Amino acid sequence: MLSGRSALPLHSQTARVPAAAPRRCVICAHAVNAAVATKQESRLAFVEQAPPDPILGVSEAFKRDTSDDRLNLGVGAYRTNDLKPYVLNVVKKAEKIMIESEENKEYLPIEGLAAFNKATAQLLLGEGHPAIKEERVATLQSLSGTGSLRVGADFIGKFLPGRTVYLSNPTWGNHKNIFTDAGVEWKEYRYFDKATVGLAFEGMLEDLKAAPEGSIVVLHGCAHNPTGVDPTREQWGAIADVVEQKGHMPFFDVAYQGFASGSLDDDAWAPRFFAERSIEMMVAQSYSKNLGLYAERVGAINYVLADAAAAKRVLSQNKRIARALYSNPPVHGARIASIVVGRPELFAEWNEEMGMMAGRIKDVRQTLYDELVKNNPDKDWSFVTRQIGMFSFTGLSPPQVENMTQKHHVYMTKDGRISLAGLPSNKAANLASAIVDSFKV
Amino acid sequence: MTSAAGGLFSHVEQGPPDPILGIAEAYKKSTNPKKLNLGVGAYRTEEGKPLVLEAVRRAEQAVVSNPDHEYLPITGIPEFNALSARLAFGEDSSVIRENCNATVQALSGTGSLRVGAEFLARHYPVRTVLLPSPTWPSHNKIFPLAGVADVRAYRYFKPSSRGLDYEGMLEDLRKAPEGSILLLHACAHNPTGVDPSLDQWRGILEVAKEKKFLPFFDSAYQGFASGDLERDATAIRMFADEGMEMLLAQSYAKNMGLYGERVGALTVVARDAAIAERVESQLKLVIRPMFSNPPRFGAAIVVKVLQDPELYALWRKELKGMADRINGMRTLLFQELQRAGAPGKWSHIVEQIGMFSFTGLSKPQVEYLTAKWHVYMTLDGRISMAGLNQASCRYLAEGIADAIRACP
Repeated sequence: MLSGRSALPLHSQTARVPAAAPRRCVICAHAVNAAVATKQESRLAFVEQAPPDPILGVSEAFKRDTSDDRLNLGVGAYRTNDLKPYVLNVVKKAEKIMIESEENKEYLPIEGLAAFNKATAQLLLGEGHPAIKEERVATLQSLSGTGSLRVGADFIGKFLPGRTVYLSNPTWGNHKNIFTDAGVEWKEYRYFDKATVGLAFEGMLEDLKAAPEGSIVVLHGCAHNPTGVDPTREQWGAIADVVEQKGHMPFFDVAYQGFASGSLDDDAWAPRFFAERSIEMMVAQSYSKNLGLYAERVGAINYVLADAAAAKRVLSQNKRIARALYSNPPVHGARIASIVVGRPELFAEWNEEMGMMAGRIKDVRQTLYDELVKNNPDKDWSFVTRQIGMFSFTGLSPPQVENMTQKHHVYMTKDGRISLAGLPSNKAANLASAIVDSFKV
Repeated sequence: MTSAAGGLFSHVEQGPPDPILGIAEAYKKSTNPKKLNLGVGAYRTEEGKPLVLEAVRRAEQAVVSNPDHEYLPITGIPEFNALSARLAFGEDSSVIRENCNATVQALSGTGSLRVGAEFLARHYPVRTVLLPSPTWPSHNKIFPLAGVADVRAYRYFKPSSRGLDYEGMLEDLRKAPEGSILLLHACAHNPTGVDPSLDQWRGILEVAKEKKFLPFFDSAYQGFASGDLERDATAIRMFADEGMEMLLAQSYAKNMGLYGERVGALTVVARDAAIAERVESQLKLVIRPMFSNPPRFGAAIVVKVLQDPELYALWRKELKGMADRINGMRTLLFQELQRAGAPGKWSHIVEQIGMFSFTGLSKPQVEYLTAKWHVYMTLDGRISMAGLNQASCRYLAEGIADAIRACP
């Protein structure tokens, strides 16, 4: 359980601070509790300053930049073409309905809102899916993608001890932290191919074949973060073959269902395909992007299993894990989601809004592609429109990224990832010339 | 369905039902019209209905009319954190004035305890936590799961007096390892309702200083216990004014009735601002892989209520109303127990404070009460006073009298 913990020194030589000055009364400057304050050193004095979050740091640097040309391509939330956050109409309507019906704020059960859990499993697998009918799906509402991954990771740590989790290289940075904190060992499988700016397909299969039987493999359901590179359906077939052969357990991270292509069904193709193949799997879902409910922390951890009895037992154990983390999940966002999914007219409108968001991202990708080709027709820029979702791995190296920022005021993460959500169409030309210039560095 | 091991999870056993939340489930299943739910710690009106405070409804309207669902910072809404610290430590607290506190928004009381415990397991050299006996069952799970493996109980409830075992408590504390984490219920001890007196708090503080304990206050009932926000923070402020480094888990579940919105805050009080800043940076490393950033809605409501003078005044009034009703039920139940001739002394019902009362009923007596009288409560004899009203006090008193006679 503790094996994955970062081994911070309990007493760091560098973090010692001099004994604190006594607190003084503001009015008379009389030393307050001087005896206590000066004699005792802090028991927490050795706590070190943690490194800043790599992604947040980008936004902070952007804020300090006064140039008119500045672009924040670090943002992990949808933005309109005017770079404004977007609250979905269906969310506003759902909140209005909730206010009018004067819903109470009672505790949810540990596993969350039943209507939400039912809806979320159906959205994932498709309504009327045999696994749902046969009660082989255990669903626990949790704190968006992160919280769902963490409950799942803690479950793996406790009930599948000694197994290794395989993460794509690269992957969302927090995956590593989550499994580490859950005490689960992780390794990486090849994923991104710099040469093709696409999938390292052969390398991926090789690494999954080499992994010990029964390993857990984290797969991005669609719109891979940070690369935007997804396997084709054919490639998914080959991946499923290896997973089956090796008895691996897939752990899907589904954060963009509906947000990537605009179609809930298309974006759920990969986990549904694995379910068709009767492969037992875990799935973490998030409604942060597709419902724009970022801050309300709406998500779920699902287990699609071989039998209903196992699903029941697994749910009971996940409840114990959740109980000791946060007791029961927040009600507000889950209610919004279940109202939107449960009412046909809202559900239809939601699909339209997802189409609009996905559409804007696709359009701005196309625009960027066109501008890049105009700027430098000799380089293959097709990755821009081949990749899917909010993020794109440009293939820029760290020094090249530095150039993007210093010379062109484009803020992005050092790994070369840009967020298309932060790009207004009228800035595509600027971005294209910045990218072309930076590749020369 | 296939998998290498013929079901990867075939070895996973059914988990036991949660001792507290399991009661609510059992209550729901019962079809008896007289059934009484004295299990969960949520406030109920005289009519037995959940209550959303008027101050909260108004704040909610304001929040919904300015929709914003963007990610919060990892540590939550800054105003929420500042206001929460002020609520607990007081306007004039030197802790706040000197920025000695690292305060982060977290998932109600549970989430705040868990983040605090995880932080301590990584950064505090003493992995021993002292818990009162009895305590809220989740305390016993949260600390070891977070990595504070050595959990020790200190005497707290004295069955013979149904009050505080003060001597036993101090004795056990003095025997504990130096530097231990000392978990204290700030007020309205759960499940007993027994709180130390002011003098007893001073005694506990002295031992805490002597033993260099790290106090960790669980404050889930500020304002809800006595009806007075300042009064219910007395113990916290006493320790803070002594310059103690300490932790505080705050919950708005009960005092603002925000239960399901999961609103709370964890504060680490450090010796000085520089340390507090470093502590905050480390708290972020605990939070990010746990839930990334906290839920916005409930915290936004709290900010409105605490910032708006009219809403704040209304809230204080409603808070007192809830506390008064609960105290009224205590008085009434005490009278009804005497009327029903229930064997034994019952003054503890009115001496204890807060939502819960440790009746002193034994496990067989509780089981009898549930089976015959359809009264749902936890097996440790705890009842939630909030679940009672004028009519049910008499029914409960008669049930208790019967149970004690049937299972002596």
